[in-house]
Order: sequence, then C-alpha cells, then structure tokens
Amino acid sequence: MFYSPVITNASEAAKSDKLHLFRYVEDPDQVKVATYEQHGGYKAWRKALTGMSPEQVAETVKNAGLRGRGGAGFPTGLKWGFVPKNSPKPRYLVCNADESEPGTCKDRVLMERDPHAVIEGMAIAAYAIGCHVMFIYIRGEFNHSIDRMEAAMREAYAAGHLGKNLYGTGYDLEMIVHTGGGAYICGEETALLNSLEGERGMSRMRPPFPAIEGLYACPTIVNNVETLATVPHIINHGAEWYRKLGTEKSAGTKIFSLSGHVKRPGNYEVELGFNLKKFIYDPAFGNGIIGDKKLKGVIPGGASTPFLTPDMIDVGLDYESLTVKGSMLGSGAVIVFHEQTCIVWVLLKLIHFFHHESCGKCTPCREGTAWLEQIIHRIEAGEGHPGDIEAMDEVCSNILGRTICPLGDAAVMPIQSAIRLYRDEWQYHIDNHRCLVDTRFEFK
Amino acid sequence: MILTAESIKQIKESAARYPHRKSAILPAITIAYRQVGHLNDDIYREISKIINIPQSEIAEAATFYTLFPKQPVGKYLIQVCHNISCALMGADSLVEYLEHKLAIKKGETTKDNLFTLISVECLGSCATAPMMQINQDFHENLTPAKVDKILADLKAKG
Ligand SMILES: Cc1cc2nc3c(=O)[nH]c(=O)nc-3n(C[C@H](O)[C@H](O)[C@H](O)COP(=O)(O)O)c2cc1C
Ligand code: SF4
Repeated sequence: MFYSPVITNASEAAKSDKLHLFRYVEDPDQVKVATYEQHGGYKAWRKALTGMSPEQVAETVKNAGLRGRGGAGFPTGLKWGFVPKNSPKPRYLVCNADESEPGTCKDRVLMERDPHAVIEGMAIAAYAIGCHVMFIYIRGEFNHSIDRMEAAMREAYAAGHLGKNLYGTGYDLEMIVHTGGGAYICGEETALLNSLEGERGMSRMRPPFPAIEGLYACPTIVNNVETLATVPHIINHGAEWYRKLGTEKSAGTKIFSLSGHVKRPGNYEVELGFNLKKFIYDPAFGNGIIGDKKLKGVIPGGASTPFLTPDMIDVGLDYESLTVKGSMLGSGAVIVFHEQTCIVWVLLKLIHFFHHESCGKCTPCREGTAWLEQIIHRIEAGEGHPGDIEAMDEVCSNILGRTICPLGDAAVMPIQSAIRLYRDEWQYHIDNHRCLVDTRFEFK
Repeated sequence: MILTAESIKQIKESAARYPHRKSAILPAITIAYRQVGHLNDDIYREISKIINIPQSEIAEAATFYTLFPKQPVGKYLIQVCHNISCALMGADSLVEYLEHKLAIKKGETTKDNLFTLISVECLGSCATAPMMQINQDFHENLTPAKVDKILADLKAKG
C-alpha cells in the first residue's frame, strides 16, 4: 500500500493526545491536501499568518522548547531569532531533507506519507523569519519523496496555501523543491547551501553563520524536516502543551528509527525521555533481539554517535540523559547489534562511510579518515600491528575539534568510544589475527 | 544533440525558478542524468549552452556528486546499500547473491548490458534492510525470493 513497507506506530499515535507527528502516517489519503485539511491541516498556517506577528510565532516555538531534530538539538525558536531584523536582503528558509546519516530513515516517512505537514511547517517558519522563497533540499536518491513533495506542493499552491497574497494578507510565499546528488556532507548546512548555489557541496568556515550570511549571502535558516513538521502542532496547541511533553530540557516527541538486530525494526514516535531498554525489548517497539541472542551494543543517535554497552541502556532517549552516558541523541537513529557482531567489523563499515563522505576541504578529516580506515581495515583483515590501537587514538585526537565542520568529529567519536568500551576485543583481533566472534550475516 | 527536447524544456523551466542562475546546475545535471543514465563532457557542453553557464562550472559541480555515473552503465543500475544497518541484516551476502545470479563481480556490467552492480552508502531504508535501489526504485526488506522475482521481471522486460 505504501511505497516503503517500514513499520510505524501510527495506531498508537492515533489514540494518544501526546503523539502527533505520526497520527496519520498509515492513512494513504493523508498525502492529499483535502484529507490533510480534514485532519486539521493548514489551520496553523492560517492562524499564524492571519493572527500572529512573526515575532509571536518565533516566541511560541521558543517557549515550546523545540530543539532541532537534524542532529545538533539547537533550540529552534532561538535560531530563528538570529536572523537580523532590519537587513535589507531577502531571507531564505531551507528545509534539510538530505537524510543520509546511517541508521536514519525518519524524514523519508514524513515526506512520503505526510508531505503537507512538512510544507505547512516550512511556511510557518518562513513567515517567522520574513522569507518569501523557501526551499526543500531532498537527497537525490529519494525519488518517491521528491515526487510526493512536488505533488503536495502543487496541491498546496492550487488550494491557496502557497503563492501570492496568501489568505488575503498580502503575504507571498514561493516554494522550490531542490534535489541533491548523493553526498552525505550536503546534509551539513553550509555544504548544503553551497550545493544549492550550484557549487561543489563543501562546508564553509563559520562565522559568518547562515542566519547572518547563508544562501546567496543572505540571512538563511536551515531546519530539519522533522523539526519543521512539528511546528504546526505547536502553533495549534500552544507552547505550554508542547513543553509538557517529554522531559524538562528535552521537550516534545521525536521519531526514532530503530534498525539492526531487533525483531521489529521501524520508525516510532515517542516522547523524549522514553526508556531505551524498553524501546528495544517492548513488543510494541523493537520486540527484542533477533534469535533472542544477547545484546552487544547500541548506537543511539546515528552513525556519528558513541556506542552504549548493554549495561548502559537503561537510559532515557533525550538529549541530556544520553550525554550523561557519554553518547548523544543525534538524529535519533537507534542501531542495535547482537553478540555475534565483531566490533572491528562494525567500525570498518562506519569509518569507510566517513572517509568516503569527507568533502576533503580540511586535512585532518581528509587524511585522518583515510588513515583510520587503513588501520581498521588491516586489523579486520587479521593483519593488525601491535600499537595500532594507540595509533588510532593518536589520529583521532588530531582530528577532534580541528576541522571546519562536524564531520571530522562525527567520524572520530564512534571510534574513540568503541576503543574505550571494547578494547579487549580490538586487542584480541590484533593478537590473534581474527575476530573474537564469528560475524557473518545472511539475508534471508 | 544528446538531450531531448523534453529534457531541454525541463531544464529551462527549472532554471527559471531560481533567484540565482547557478542554482540551476544541479537540477540540470539531474534531468540530463535521468534521461541518459550517465554524464559526460558532451552533456556538460549541452547544458552549458542551455543555461548559459561555463561548461567548466557544470563539470566542477557534477564531478562532486556520486549519484551520477560518469561512464555508461547497464540499463538497470543496481545499487546495494552496504552501510551498517543493512550490513547487520546481510547486505554483504546480498551483494554476493547478486554477483552469483548475474555472474558478474561488483562494479561490473552484464554482457547483455542489462545490469550493472555496485554497492553504495546508506540509502535511508535502515529499518527495512537489506535493500537495493534499481534506477529510480527502492526495493526493501529483501529476501532471496524477492531478489529472484525482481531480476526475473526486469529480464523479461528487457
Ligand atoms: C556531516 C553532517 C551531516 C548532516 N546531515 C544532516 C541531514 O541529513 N539532515 C539534517 O536535518 N541535518 C543534518 N545535519 C545537521 C545540519 O547541519 C543542521 O544542523 C540541521 O539541518 C539544522 O536543523 P535543525 O536545527 O532543525 O536540526 C548534518 C550535519 C553534519 C555535520
Ligand atoms: S571536517 Fe571533513 S567534511 Fe567537514 S569540511 Fe573538513 S574535510 Fe570537509
């Protein structure tokens, strides 16, 4: 029925007065503007545009405590406030739909199944910063998401939610769907802006920050798909309602993509602070480990976040609790692996990714990720040298904090944590020229 | 001319939408790639004339992006995600299975020019792993039986 067969917890969301992002994602008609409107869609956009000042909109989102869902968790309303009030330049809003952090497949569901929610959120954000041309940058491989967003955009124009003199207010808003070329780095906001300008997708030095000088050197706000899809709900129900969801510092709900060795992988919306152990084992979510094997580790927030070992998973899925455990919420991609997984093999997959995706602009990241891949590759092949662990440590500390964009750090953090948490296994691999466990996964 | 009248029309329409002309580069190469299946200097030259941007700037951007093959590939380009979530669900064995079925190695094209097999980074289908993309389509939650059927259907279509 749906393009992607991915499991969601829409039926739970439909019964809940707290979950809101996934309420209609199992309704095939939700992609149509008429159905979206019947479900209360575009009410928030009308309310914001006809009844609120841009400052009030930004203030409401700020008071709601919404934090960016693209990975960094930066307060959304605060970011909008950085756009200079009296700049004579045009302002731009860019929805970041480049979703390519390994493990992350949540924005795709929203675009494929609830595209108008994304458009409505974008429109409200655009209004809050005084933008009249907004973009969505969708990764080029997501053909179905692209088609859905374009179709929804055409419908939104036809229904008068986009275009000129909206709702008779005199406010004009145009939307452009832009598609990428298969580069993870273009999810990093300054690389994204370069890509959107027709340049190679390489990161920019900051400052200036995009809010001051972004797209075409004009004030620009980049927000994640999920962040923006949340905004209409905040406008409809108010900052107080949203603030009460989740935890004190991590307000609201979030979609977590659950993948790897669980019986029931899928995309699930939960309140922030939801217990990770329950998330993995509860029948309504992961339903436990494949073959009832023992858990070996979890990457809680996408490929660039540090590992958690089984003794660490009794933790809330929120920004603060995961930081206490030495990891991060990231994009909310929970990747689970069981006892028969070699940690060196896992790290080889990860470092290969970061090396491949490094844009090459700064030396520590470009060269360092290559060296790290070389070392991990030889350990994995059973040809590790004594001292390789120390060599990795050294390369890592020469990358960390010394790069133009956070990709360098992202490559390093999982490696450092894997060495810290599974050091014996690395040593075993080097000393015995083989895996401690037999890693061979068949697709069946 | 390689680009069809339809592609040229699409490129012009897309270029007209942007506040700045250079932004039209990536959409233009995407449209060209969708028509031709790969990119090369001749295509950059044609795009350059259509959107009036130097050929070198088109090539500069295009060569950054891995989505667009720079050499001809088979009619069906099979891209298997080899990243962590798919690897945990057997992506490596999926690649081997395809190599065996198509009697080629990763990176090669079948003799009849029908299939090219490569593996790529995460395609955002982590909770429906393992998966592969064939041209514009995603195929998720793959099993050997599903792969057999997909390949048989494409072979029948030719
Ligand atoms: C290497 C790298 C890749 C990123 N990829 C994405 C992405 O695919 N989607 C996304 O929304 N943010 C991504 N980000 C974060 C963006 O730079 C930016 O912080 C985010 O889009 C801001 O939106 P938010 O405040 O709503 O989270 C990435 C960051 C880095 C360093
Ligand atoms: S850290 Fe890596 S990806 Fe980021 S700018 Fe430097 S080389 Fe490019």
